Amino acid sequence: MLDIGMNLAYLAAAILFILGIKGLTRPKTAVRGNMLSATGMFLAVAVTLLDNSIVSFDLIIAGALLGGGIGAVLAKKVQMTAMPQLVAILNGFGGGASLGLAAASYLQTMGGAGFAAGALGTITLITIALTVIIGSLTVTGSLIAFAKLQEIMPGQPIGFPGMTGFNGLLLIGALASSVMLAIDPTNAMYFWLAIGLAAILGLTLVLPIGGADMPVVIALLNSYSGIAAAFAGFVMGNTVLIVSGSLVGASGLILTKIMCVAMNRSLPNVLFGRMGADTGGEGAGDEIYEGKITSASPEEIGMLLETAQKVIIVPGFGMALSQAQHAVRELADAIERNGGEVLYAIHPVAGRMPGHMNVLLAEAEVPYEKLVEMERINPQFDDCDVAIVLGANDVTNPMAREDKGSPIYGMPILNVDKARTVVVIKRSLSAGFAGLPNPLFALDNTLMVFGDGKKAVVDITTALENG
Amino acid sequence: MEILIMQVSLFVLALMLGVELITKVPPTLHTPLMSGTNAISGIALVGAILAAGNADGGEIARWLGFVAVVLASINVVGGYMVTNRMLAMFKRKD
Repeated sequence: MLDIGMNLAYLAAAILFILGIKGLTRPKTAVRGNMLSATGMFLAVAVTLLDNSIVSFDLIIAGALLGGGIGAVLAKKVQMTAMPQLVAILNGFGGGASLGLAAASYLQTMGGAGFAAGALGTITLITIALTVIIGSLTVTGSLIAFAKLQEIMPGQPIGFPGMTGFNGLLLIGALASSVMLAIDPTNAMYFWLAIGLAAILGLTLVLPIGGADMPVVIALLNSYSGIAAAFAGFVMGNTVLIVSGSLVGASGLILTKIMCVAMNRSLPNVLFGRMGADTGGEGAGDEIYEGKITSASPEEIGMLLETAQKVIIVPGFGMALSQAQHAVRELADAIERNGGEVLYAIHPVAGRMPGHMNVLLAEAEVPYEKLVEMERINPQFDDCDVAIVLGANDVTNPMAREDKGSPIYGMPILNVDKARTVVVIKRSLSAGFAGLPNPLFALDNTLMVFGDGKKAVVDITTALENG
Repeated sequence: MEILIMQVSLFVLALMLGVELITKVPPTLHTPLMSGTNAISGIALVGAILAAGNADGGEIARWLGFVAVVLASINVVGGYMVTNRMLAMFKRKD
């Protein structure tokens, strides 16, 4: 009877997760959706505690208090600019949890009745092996992604020739260990070998990926953490794990696909392509820029904005880096007080994770209606007086549209160059993550404001208000 | 074996439902979607609790379960709280 009740409660929890994600389809219903999802989680955990296979609660209580405490501190303290790192490390924790419980489940079955003979036991062992492989590579891959985003490690690709082949060998080795384990379940060495090889694979998969491709990697690891949970559900014969794990897996996969489409690259190209390692170079940049750069002071930009009717702000990772979102909002307020209209153009891969810019601007209390997606904003640059590019580079590079020989040719970009005047706020003429010069900077209608993003925006605002 | 087929069916159907649902989430909410799904992947807590409370596998298995409980709890509590914090910022202007 208890069993039936538990499974019904798990079903209810799964429904709450689904309704929770459905709530996220509109900003107005999103908070409620998140609450529904949390309620589902509470329900699932509460009924699990009633399970009579639990003989002692000491480690459960200690673990929940410790983990819950760490989670609460992380959630309260994290800055919105650091969300990509937080999501990266949470992906790793999710993978780690599935890895830990699958490993425990293996040891428990070995210590208890052992694995069933025949197909059933083989399937269970293969499932356990797959869970620990995905879990293990999610842990180490996420740690590298976190270290790169937190700038503990350099953001550039790190690798060696033949790395893809090496990764292939690791994967084959991990899978072969799984097969050996299925043949001889008592030989725990194969079990730990599969975990170890997958852990190295996680490192070598993410190390060669550069900073600008991090949105794809985070989304992909997000998916892995879900798939690992779903597989753990197979291991434990637990339906709520299977359903919620697949929901998370699907979510990560879709975000991965959206990010790849936004960069006009295939997933294998992002994972193994190592783009930017040998393109352009400084010389090409000098040639494009020479004698054609017009730089302007914040005061001049302030004067320009006084008469602007329509202004589009294009934020990029540089805005996050200089924590300029509040300053940007104040500039927009000043322009609006002057009678101008302000919109924000959001490229899908701006920043370090899907939706990063939206969260930062929401933090600065910019209404989400003013954040316009690429497809809808691009036609609007034609009647835009001033486009302000703040810390974005590759996503505004006209070469993606015009230069068939360019490595980024075909990548959808924001057509800022169509605006009457383009203001680019940037520290220097250095290349973006693609390592390419940006002809946008050399256009006749482009004004460069060199300096720290936040300071430049504040100075422009002051100039506009005192003008 | 029938149970496995049932489980695989559930997995595939849930994946398809997930795809349908998530394509409807607007790009504005993609970051909260990711942290929210981080929280949901903390559902591993359910399995972790069973692993940490079971004595069959000896002490190592229980401590592995303990680690899983800690990690999954971080995801559940941290994921839901930070998602709520972000979503509240989106809601503020209504």
